[in-house]
Formats: sequence, structure tokens, C-alpha cells
Amino acid sequence: MKIAIIDYGAGNTANVKNAFDKLGANAIVSDSEADWKSADALVLPGVGAFGAAMEKLGNKKKTITEFIESGKPFLGICLGMQLLLEISEESSGAKGLGIIKGKVRKFQTNLPVPQIGWNKVQAVNCALFYGVDNFYAYFANSYYCEPQDKSIVAGTSEYGTSFAAAFALKNVFATQFHPEKSGKAGLQVLSNFIKMVRK
Amino acid sequence: MITKRIIPCLDVKNGRVVKGTNFINLQDAGDAVELAKNYYAQGADELIFLDISASEEKRKTLSKLAEAVAKEIFIPFTIGGGIKSVNDIEQLLKKGADKVAINTSAIENPKLIEEASREFGSQAIVVAIDAKKIGAKWSVFAYGGKNETGLDAIEWAKKAQELGAGEILLTSIDRDGTKKGFDSDLLNQVTNAVTIPVIASGGAGSKEDFLDVFSKTKVTGALAASLFHYNQISIKELKTYLKQNGVDVRV
Repeated sequence: MKIAIIDYGAGNTANVKNAFDKLGANAIVSDSEADWKSADALVLPGVGAFGAAMEKLGNKKKTITEFIESGKPFLGICLGMQLLLEISEESSGAKGLGIIKGKVRKFQTNLPVPQIGWNKVQAVNCALFYGVDNFYAYFANSYYCEPQDKSIVAGTSEYGTSFAAAFALKNVFATQFHPEKSGKAGLQVLSNFIKMVRK
Repeated sequence: MITKRIIPCLDVKNGRVVKGTNFINLQDAGDAVELAKNYYAQGADELIFLDISASEEKRKTLSKLAEAVAKEIFIPFTIGGGIKSVNDIEQLLKKGADKVAINTSAIENPKLIEEASREFGSQAIVVAIDAKKIGAKWSVFAYGGKNETGLDAIEWAKKAQELGAGEILLTSIDRDGTKKGFDSDLLNQVTNAVTIPVIASGGAGSKEDFLDVFSKTKVTGALAASLFHYNQISIKELKTYLKQNGVDVRV
């Protein structure tokens, strides 16, 4: 089994790899499309701005889309979740991967923005959240996903408003929080993902 | 809802924690990592490492520390101390630090905040402000609290936010090390002036001090060093106390 973590110069790839290493999974960090294609699962991490990230992905976004269409497990983390949508209020004019219909919106709240810290995730029944259905996870985001189809929301959190903390749509999983930085609960989420890859 | 963060701060010198502890024997560079593991196990919400050494080797040791810590703990951590350039920041983030704290270099070169937040995202850039009350105002000090800059702390916090800082780590020099409690006046002035999260630092001496700062101010996290190192209060005990008193914390 091989998990490829996409390196596109906009992510905390080391930490995602550290967490997979800790769990005994074979994960590599790579910017090579050949590595992505041959992997059993693909992980798209990401921090920073929506538009800049899509620019960095450039022509390689087609490889990601094709991987997802192939039905193999995919996990988007933080900005990697937001990039699945079509557009973002963060970067007008920039187009996301468009795997999921909807847009990314900025938090409108009196609470400090970015949201930085541990927030409660209310998970729905989903393989990604086996054993951790109501848990604290670490978030660092100013924007959140608003998908058209609410049935794909696999977990919600509150920050002035209720927002999607996770997606699950067939082979596509995504978390707005950082599972690699969410202590034991986060490692459990990644471990659940690994189990799906091994299936 | 989002919880209030309890953040142990580790002052490191050449890879070693220098505010020593009673429960861990600090002998070599690995011990900063051991202490970090201990705090992770106790339920700390994140950690901050501040390098206070002045050696030329600083950058190398910091980057090694980031790498070692990132392999052992799975909560966010920040590294600060002597970071001067976008390149310094990139090295630390690549090795696994989630954020960097910049202080003097941000004062001397405010553009660093702008460039770094554009490159790595605001969430990775913490601007640390050391403030001391001079007359009716809070003045910003640089070089580890040694040099008065003439900057007003509230104005500087606003400026840092404008330039792209994701968080403010606000230390009261007057309270630091006194165990007399956090400086709520200073913290209120700054949290009312900015919309980004502010972390309280300086003065923690008891559980009540944490309850006080979370009740009286809008800070989203509070930091302490020796209080935790000397095991005067365990993180677990502190969080249980806060929860019993109506503060939302992760327990």
C-alpha cells in the first residue's frame, strides 16, 4: 500500500507524513504526477490562499481529478478540502478543482478570525469517524466550505455559524480541521482512512 | 464551540529547555523533545518553543528541534527566537513547525510579516509583542524586553494584523515572572483593537489567574512556562478547574 501526499509548495506535508508514519502507513511526499497516479490513495494537504494554491497546482490538477474519478481513496485537508469546491471568496476569479459543487466563504462573526484552536466536531455516521463521533479537532481557517449538496457533509462544527468540518462522498474524504494535529482523535481519523485504503 | 487554549512555553537554549523542571532531568538536546511529549500526553493544546540562545548555530538547532518535535507530538507547535527572514521561516515550517513567532525582526522589518503571511498563510505567522506600561501607555520592547522601541503596543498590534499576522502573542513585561496574574487591562486594550486571536502571556501564577483572564478578556489562549515546568499545576488539573468554572476547554 502506498499513500502519496501531494507536494505543491503550499502545505505542511512533513506533519501529514509524520502522522502516517506514526500509524505505520507507507506514505511519501511527492510532486511527481507519476507517484500520484501509482498510489493507492492520494492526500491533498494545504495551507495558504485558495488562488495561490490552484496556481501552484497548475496543469497537475487534471491528474488529481482523474485520480478521484478512478475511485481510489482521496483525502483533502484544510485548504485541500476547500480546493475541491468551485470558487472561494478568498480569491475572486480563481477556479477550484470543482469536484464538489459549491463555494468557500469567509467567516462573518464577532469571534476572532482566523479561527485558531480546538473546536468540537459533531460527526455523522461515516467510516472516517469510526470511534470518534464527537471529538475536538484543531482548526486554523478563516474560510469554510458551503457545498450545494448538504448530504455530503460528514461532520459539522460551530464558529459563529454551523459549518462543514468534513465531507464524505464515495471515495472522496475531506476535513477542514487538521487530523495530523488533532492529537489522538486526529490520529484515529487518519487510521480510519488508512483502513479504507487497505480494503 | 471553539475552546480556550492552554499553551506551555518552553524556553530553549542550544536545544535544551532552560527553565528547568523538577519532573524531568534536563541534560541534553533531546530533553526539549521529552518535555514536549510529556505536555502532549497531559493534554496541552499547543506548545511554544522560544529559542533564547544567541549562538551562530541557532538556526540549525532550531530546525533540528522542529524536526524532532514534529515526529513525536501531534498537536500544533510554534517556534520563535531570532527568526529574521522568509527563508528562516520556510526552513522551520518545512521541518514541521506549524507556526513561527516573530518579534524583534518584525519590528525592524514589518514587511517580513507581509511577505511571510502571503507565502505561508496568516495562520502560520504569530507576531509576539512584549509590552511594558510607561506612563499611561504600553510601550513595545525589542530584543527580549531590553530595548524600548517607542512603538505603542495597541497600535503595533493593529499594524501587525493589517500586515497579515494570524495571531498576537502578547506578553506583559510588568507581569512576566511575577505570578501576579495576567495583565487584563493590556489584554483588553489589544483584543478590542484587533480581530485576530490574541494569546495572553506573562504573570500566570495560579489556576485562578487563567479563569480570571478567560472571564475578563477575549483572549483565545493563555501561556505559562515555569508554572507547568515545576509542576505547580498540571495541565489536566487546570483544565478540569476551568471547565468546572464554565470555561470551554478540551478535556
